[in-house]
Amino acid sequence: MNFDNPDLAAVWLTVKLAALTTSILIVIGTPIAWWLAHTRSWWKGPAGALVALPIVLPPTVLGFYLLVAMGPDGPVGHFTRFLGLGLLPFTFWGLVVASVFYSLPFVVQPIQNAFEAVNERHAEAAATLRASPLDTFFTIVLPLAKPGYLTATVMGFAHTVGEFGVVLMIGGNIPDKTRVVSVQIYDQVEAMEYGRAHGLAAGMVIFSFLVLLGLYTLNPTGRRK
Amino acid sequence: MNSAIRARFKLDYSGFSLDVDVELPGRGVTALFGPSGSGKTTLLRCIAGLERAPDGFLQVKGTVWQDDAKRIFLPTYQRPLGYVFQEASLFPHLDVRRNLEYGMKRVPASERRVSLEQAIELLGIGALLAQKPDTLSGGERQRVGIARALSVSPKILLMDEPLAALDLARKQEILPFLERLHDELEIPILYVSHAPDEVARLANHIVVMDGGRALANGPLSETLARLDLPIRLGEDAGVVIDANVGARDEAWHLLRADFAGGSLWVRDTGGAIGEPVRVRILARDVSLALVRPDHTSILNQLPGNIVALADDAHPSLALVRIQVGDTPLLARVTKLSAETLGLAPGKSVWVQVKSVALMR
Amino acid sequence: MITRRFNYALLAGLVALGLPAISHADEVLVAVAANFTAPMKIIATAFEKATGHQAELSFGSTGKLYTQIRNGAPFDVLLAADDETPAKLVKEGLAVPASRFTYAIGALVLWSAKPGFVDNEGAVLKKGAFAHLALAAPKLAPYGAAAMETLSKIGLMSTLSPKFVQGENIAQAYQFVSTGNAELGFVALSQVYANGKLTSGSVWVVPTDLYHPIRQDAVILTRGKINPAARDLVKFLKSKQAQDVIRSYGYTL
Repeated sequence: MNFDNPDLAAVWLTVKLAALTTSILIVIGTPIAWWLAHTRSWWKGPAGALVALPIVLPPTVLGFYLLVAMGPDGPVGHFTRFLGLGLLPFTFWGLVVASVFYSLPFVVQPIQNAFEAVNERHAEAAATLRASPLDTFFTIVLPLAKPGYLTATVMGFAHTVGEFGVVLMIGGNIPDKTRVVSVQIYDQVEAMEYGRAHGLAAGMVIFSFLVLLGLYTLNPTGRRK
Repeated sequence: MNSAIRARFKLDYSGFSLDVDVELPGRGVTALFGPSGSGKTTLLRCIAGLERAPDGFLQVKGTVWQDDAKRIFLPTYQRPLGYVFQEASLFPHLDVRRNLEYGMKRVPASERRVSLEQAIELLGIGALLAQKPDTLSGGERQRVGIARALSVSPKILLMDEPLAALDLARKQEILPFLERLHDELEIPILYVSHAPDEVARLANHIVVMDGGRALANGPLSETLARLDLPIRLGEDAGVVIDANVGARDEAWHLLRADFAGGSLWVRDTGGAIGEPVRVRILARDVSLALVRPDHTSILNQLPGNIVALADDAHPSLALVRIQVGDTPLLARVTKLSAETLGLAPGKSVWVQVKSVALMR
Repeated sequence: MITRRFNYALLAGLVALGLPAISHADEVLVAVAANFTAPMKIIATAFEKATGHQAELSFGSTGKLYTQIRNGAPFDVLLAADDETPAKLVKEGLAVPASRFTYAIGALVLWSAKPGFVDNEGAVLKKGAFAHLALAAPKLAPYGAAAMETLSKIGLMSTLSPKFVQGENIAQAYQFVSTGNAELGFVALSQVYANGKLTSGSVWVVPTDLYHPIRQDAVILTRGKINPAARDLVKFLKSKQAQDVIRSYGYTL
């Protein structure tokens, strides 16, 4: 989609980025969360810490390392070029990859918690009712973990929308490709275009509030055991 | 013994080990009885494949489910069994009907022996089908859990203390359904319990577990009459006898229960002639006499032979095992009486039974 | 050192007592345009040594620094990357008019981290054999604006604009190029020059007739008016010692 209005273009780009990132995270986050919820391996601690890193790391650290890693001399850069995909920085897909890393804990952790909250008896009961492990996962575990997936989706989406530092580091601020709402607001504020910045910034505040309101209303913490 | 099930498991956790090698009958109700921590649930879970003993062998009705020597281990979902958990563990996101259909849909039509209607009727849950599990009472939940386990037409039904979480009233509500299972379906049941009344009422065969081992394994009445084992079903030693209603005395409201070796008069609770009944006789309710006593209020007097004597819990008391026809009985007498009467193995005695409890 | 610590304690005490602090007796907060980062660090060290004052440096794009100053950022001195911003601040009454002066004239270069990639004539731009051309955001950074001006003059603006990747300031543009993610980019000569020679890669020093000279002005802000350290810093910037450092980074004066 192309928009003449750069603000709308940034909004559309942001929505596209957040939706794609969230979808990818749900798919790759599920096995990670499952493993973290069930493993008794020594690696559980280190792996859990690694997943949680983006929560505490400044986005600029992540952005800087991604820039170096995805660059022509970095390992990721070598790999993507080997695959014929070119280099990722300054591309939309580069942002997607970065956002996947950045929002990973916000998706993995709610799903992991939901998996851990599913009573193991239910999976055992399913096994005694002839359901294979995969069958059990889709017919019993997933439906019971639904609140966790709802939280994960909302958090993953909202967190990607709110992402700024990483995008700034590897995006290159290209309209329709990497200029997302947060960067657009930053530019406008720096260029003293306060009027336009207000429009987008207020929109972000309202969006974030509604997302969190929806999350707390649909999924009160007391209901999930 | 018709040993349709052969189970040998060795398992070592820290603080707990299981080491059993048992043959179990392929019909009727086999109780796995013992105190908590005795390994009875672990044994059941090993049979279900929910727990994996690293060194084990399990054959059920001619099919090997586990043989670690040959690296055979059938995962639970490939074993044709039904399992009833202590907490019903119904799927909370599905209503009762869909809980019941869950297993049935996964069994090929050609292997279905129990219909949904049959299971619903047997457990009396027709009115609950549209409800979600969290709206059911504990007893209802457990009945649905049992029906769900039956819905896969199991070759064997495993029940892990299905009544333990229920109060007495709920237990009374479910026990008749369990008896019907046993009477109407040709499915062997392994029944884990630490409740003597359940075992006395339901079991045909008993495995007594303690410390991860099987102390005894045999038909219920025979095993309960053993003097060499401290088996107490409840507060006292005693035997369970399976009998049939032989006659009815309308005038005095009594039934005659005939068993292999004699008959007993019991209160008439309405059973039809020929119907099976089960009675329980505690050792403390049995006294012995050398001649047939006259002028006594005790109605049931049976001739028998002493098989063995053993010390009882208190030094003043002895337990005596008497054979009445094919049926063993236990009597508790004082050692003084035993001495005075000259009780010894082989001696003929009259057995007086003061009280008979009709179990069903 | 002892005096400084004493003064800190005194200052903290005054603040704690709620008394109006007279001034930051010998600390100066300096907002520095990103392109001047490297020379300013050296100058600040020399300044501290020479005067006993302490200089706290804050780097960013001139546009961002301007916005921060407008919104009450506690800077005493601004070292901008252009001459417009200090002029604007003076006009708006946020800076001391008499203190404005040009501390350096910046030079724009086209630079690549790869040796031999950029030629002396800038012909590489016409060939266009690259995916990304990095520059500082023209709205925010004077070097970005100069880059745009250059591209307009040589008539490559529309051809090359799809290849632009914009850094938030000139330092980020440099980062894009130095990590190889952009093959080349417009940066400040000061970023790729030290001790009068190119530190790495290949460079085209853009002729000064292609863009307006980037006169980098400094100004004492209203807040620094009564701070003796601010006056001393400006004085120090005009010293031969500081000017030698500035020249060694490729600036002219």
